[in-house]
Amino acid sequence: MSEKRKKNKELVEERVLLDAAGIESALDRLAGEILRRNDSRKLFLVGIRTGGVYLAQRMQERILSSARYEVPLGVMDITLYRDDIVEGLPRPDVGPTELPSELEGKNVILIDDVLFTGRTVRSALVELMDFGRPESIQLCVLVDRGHRELPIHADFVGLKIETQRDQSVVVFLKELGEKDGVSLFRRAR
Amino acid sequence: MSPEFKHRHLLGIESLSREDILTVLDLADTLLEISERPIKRVPTLRGKTVINLFMEPSTRTRTSFEIAGKRLSADVINISESISSTKKGETLLDTAMNLNAMNPNVIVLRHPSAGAAHFVSEQVSASVINAGDGMHEHPTQALLDCATIRKHKGQLEGLTVSILGDISHSRVARSDIHALTKLGAHVRVAGPMTLLPAEIESMGVEAFHRVEPALKDADVVIVLRLQKERQQAGLIPNTREYSRYFGLNSKRLALAKPDAIVMHPGPMNRGVEIEPDVADGLRSVILDQVNFGVAVRMAVLYLLVGPGGETE
Repeated sequence: MSEKRKKNKELVEERVLLDAAGIESALDRLAGEILRRNDSRKLFLVGIRTGGVYLAQRMQERILSSARYEVPLGVMDITLYRDDIVEGLPRPDVGPTELPSELEGKNVILIDDVLFTGRTVRSALVELMDFGRPESIQLCVLVDRGHRELPIHADFVGLKIETQRDQSVVVFLKELGEKDGVSLFRRAR
Repeated sequence: MSPEFKHRHLLGIESLSREDILTVLDLADTLLEISERPIKRVPTLRGKTVINLFMEPSTRTRTSFEIAGKRLSADVINISESISSTKKGETLLDTAMNLNAMNPNVIVLRHPSAGAAHFVSEQVSASVINAGDGMHEHPTQALLDCATIRKHKGQLEGLTVSILGDISHSRVARSDIHALTKLGAHVRVAGPMTLLPAEIESMGVEAFHRVEPALKDADVVIVLRLQKERQQAGLIPNTREYSRYFGLNSKRLALAKPDAIVMHPGPMNRGVEIEPDVADGLRSVILDQVNFGVAVRMAVLYLLVGPGGETE
């Protein structure tokens, strides 16, 4: 979070993409779509650190209230699997990966806040495969901002927007001590 | 928050700061989990080469470094004294320079001479990890000891740690003392007068010539291996007498706190410095040490040559 905040100092907010209510209704819709296409008893939610973890928790609550079933929830840190860490930049913090139950036979919903190049998702896919062989892996993101560098697409998208490559999409979450919202930033001149 | 670790080599604990040590311990706590996965391997150090150059016998440390490297996907090559060209008269420097010319990322060196790792580190472009240099230091052992203590006691600050045995000849004791005092533990050392360095107090420890007072209310007891050679050198009368006066048995352990843990860097001389019932008892965390050994060495490899870590 501190990294995000630091980054934000050099960035200028252009516009708000989603407010708190917008995030809530996007998550409601995504939960409905996930349940329509999956058997809730076979679901397994995996949040990608850090933002994806809180979104996955919110998704789990929604599925619990509509399908009356608490789906397992895992946390994934993909730092050790990343291929886009540039030498000379600060070393990324490594957090734990925790998958509470077996992946076999499960339909994994991988959850992240922003889908950009697809490299984080690629790393998460490789890491998931090291833990087992789920029946399927589907991707759910709050924001798809384009500019993919790999053949990866999201199955469930809260908001799809056109962005410039050098712009930044930042998701603020109350779990991180911020006010819920998604904003588009550009670099300060 | 990114871990900060601005070192190219790990030569000893003495040159590390408290923050450096905590960075390694925190990362080791996280990496511990990889050894419990169905596929015990992450791709982090793919394409990096680690050479284990061991000029002294070692099973545990060498294996631990080898597993640590492999769990991070590094290519690990082992060279032991018996198969190295030192047998043919090559000097350490020549061996190191030749290995370095093959562009390894890390050379893990164990050597009977103090300062060997430091000497090699000044000559090679690879990162050097000291895996034990004579009677000087064995930094990864101290780090894994601290990681083990932290797991059982939560933190090191304020703990009383008693180190028993041959303090004079022990690189483990030296590295442990540096690490434990930097992390705020009170360190006591105890052993026969012949095996206690004269001015050991200058390292910030309390010294005892009998083990009983050193054990009183201790939170952690670290028992050192008694090298058989010490008897031949006349420093102890014989191992039986050593065991009677300095060995850790359950009666002596009762002087420590009821929840005190017992550690040993291995390999153990059962019945000499430690009695089997203590070594295998409920308070022994010796196998936890071995488990943390892999995680700590993974953390060190990651911090020295992992992504974003390489410095010019």
